[in-house]
Amino acid sequence: MNRIRIIKPGLLTTVQDRGRLGYQQFGVTVAGAMDNYSFRVANLLVENDENEAVLETTFMGPEIEFDCDEVIAITGADMKPKLNGEPVELWTSIPVAKGDKLSFSSVTNGLRCYIAFSRGINVPEIMGSKSTYLRGKLGGFEGRKLEKGDELPLGEKNLASTGSYAPKKYIPIYEKEYTLRVVLGPQDDYFTDEGIETFLNSTYKITSEADRMGYRLDGPVIAHKDGADIISDGIVYGSVQVPGGGLPIILMSDRGTTGGYTKIATVLTPDLSILAQMGPGSSVNFKEVSVHESHEIYKENENKISELKNFMKNNRFEFNKNMMFSLNMFGNNFNVTVREIE
Amino acid sequence: MYDNTKYLPAGDSSVFMEFGNSISPKINARIRNVVKGIETSDIKGVTELLPTYRSIQIMYNPMEIEYDELVGILKELETSIPEGDAGDYRIVEIPTLYGGEYGPDIEFVAEHNKISVEEVIKIHTSTDYLLYMLGFTPGFGYLGGMSEKIATPRLKTPRTKIPAGTAGIAGTQTGIYPIDSPGGWQLIGKTPIKLYDPLGEAPILLRAGDYVRFVNITEEEFFEIQKLAEQRKYNVNIIINGEVRSHE
Repeated sequence: MNRIRIIKPGLLTTVQDRGRLGYQQFGVTVAGAMDNYSFRVANLLVENDENEAVLETTFMGPEIEFDCDEVIAITGADMKPKLNGEPVELWTSIPVAKGDKLSFSSVTNGLRCYIAFSRGINVPEIMGSKSTYLRGKLGGFEGRKLEKGDELPLGEKNLASTGSYAPKKYIPIYEKEYTLRVVLGPQDDYFTDEGIETFLNSTYKITSEADRMGYRLDGPVIAHKDGADIISDGIVYGSVQVPGGGLPIILMSDRGTTGGYTKIATVLTPDLSILAQMGPGSSVNFKEVSVHESHEIYKENENKISELKNFMKNNRFEFNKNMMFSLNMFGNNFNVTVREIE
Repeated sequence: MYDNTKYLPAGDSSVFMEFGNSISPKINARIRNVVKGIETSDIKGVTELLPTYRSIQIMYNPMEIEYDELVGILKELETSIPEGDAGDYRIVEIPTLYGGEYGPDIEFVAEHNKISVEEVIKIHTSTDYLLYMLGFTPGFGYLGGMSEKIATPRLKTPRTKIPAGTAGIAGTQTGIYPIDSPGGWQLIGKTPIKLYDPLGEAPILLRAGDYVRFVNITEEEFFEIQKLAEQRKYNVNIIINGEVRSHE
């Protein structure tokens, strides 16, 4: 059986795909990759379906030994990955030989890093998904984060025979401050005009209470008209909930399906991929857009991924030698490292 | 219930249809009718529905449908769905062993309401509870319709771990914990059946719109049913469109 062995688990390394969709009406948490963009691009780089399960690792990455040949890709946060002690590039396909060791350091940019495997990850699908939901001890590898000594089974799929990479313009840069675009509502009418003003014109710091479930923010208090409680209803990825204390909480992948606090706004899907890469100490602002504008932004993001797919299709390299190529494409220079496998 | 359903956007890929601002069987029946209507009309781009007490969250793919178009279709659909009862429903029987180590707070519930433990059990099992929605944890149902005669406030200090299957009371609510969870409800009994079985064919037993009927069982029956349930051989008794018992 193809597998990888976990030598060091890192801080929080879990199996994630796009999440457990279709079961929210039964109270089942979606979970799934926090940074949808990096997750999908990682899969595309190893010629997987873009929703194949990957490893998501937070703040400090793992050390992994391969028990089989593989082709991997690493995207998202920069944790200075090394293969057998030699630095490797992010956002590119990397051939790996049986016995190779992949290691990471602490994060230098971003927060979460994604590792995709061309063979896929062979854990059972529970309710249509391989995602780990930590609080529910559900899915992924035994419903938990990876630990030292774990042997994670990989799939039987054929390896990608050639590789590609993402040019610079498709690689996000993660800053310590970011303006999140939001659509107001569904409960914006529960807030005073001043409350909405405060929300849209203040800077909020991400507190240390920020995890896969949600990010608690600190900053100016947002005023309700009369009370923060509503009859419990649905919550989406990116709901900005404001409880009685007036400080917002942005709900993330491991959120509960329902909640009883007012939701002032919802963060746009593409911006959640950026927020997922920000951690305690970073700050955010909020900018209002209309639903119509939110759709335009959503489409731009999807078109960007389609464009990248096309680029990868037309720009492939062989995994045959240890060579450095200098490529000139669209007027930009790129360095591509190519390494031979058996 | 509002005269006109409110349509509230939730970001770039969800919209809420909000039918009212109270918890009522009438609103809930309307929600179930509309859910059925949306499911059968197969609207392009709609990916998932989440019905709750007083709203339906409709998730959609903005690459396939625009907000205004979707709202237009939903408004049109609403007018074609008649008012009235929600059609077919299930009464799901939950065998429950009351008191003892399985329901350590039942004596407190009796004392608080100045009745006997036997009366608590009798009242709790004589009403069928409408399941308004699921949430909190996988398979946790919010049940309505419990008699005030056994209403009891929550514990002052919540327990850190309540075993899966435990039934409890919080104020005028009653419910069953589907997985081991922390919680502050007064615990009155336990069911040996699984409400949540992630690897089973139907991972979640209950669904919104069901009526839950608690059935008093002995300790002997508890272990028999538990054994069958563990082998996934226990058939839960489900009555379709049976007579619903109310405490009023």
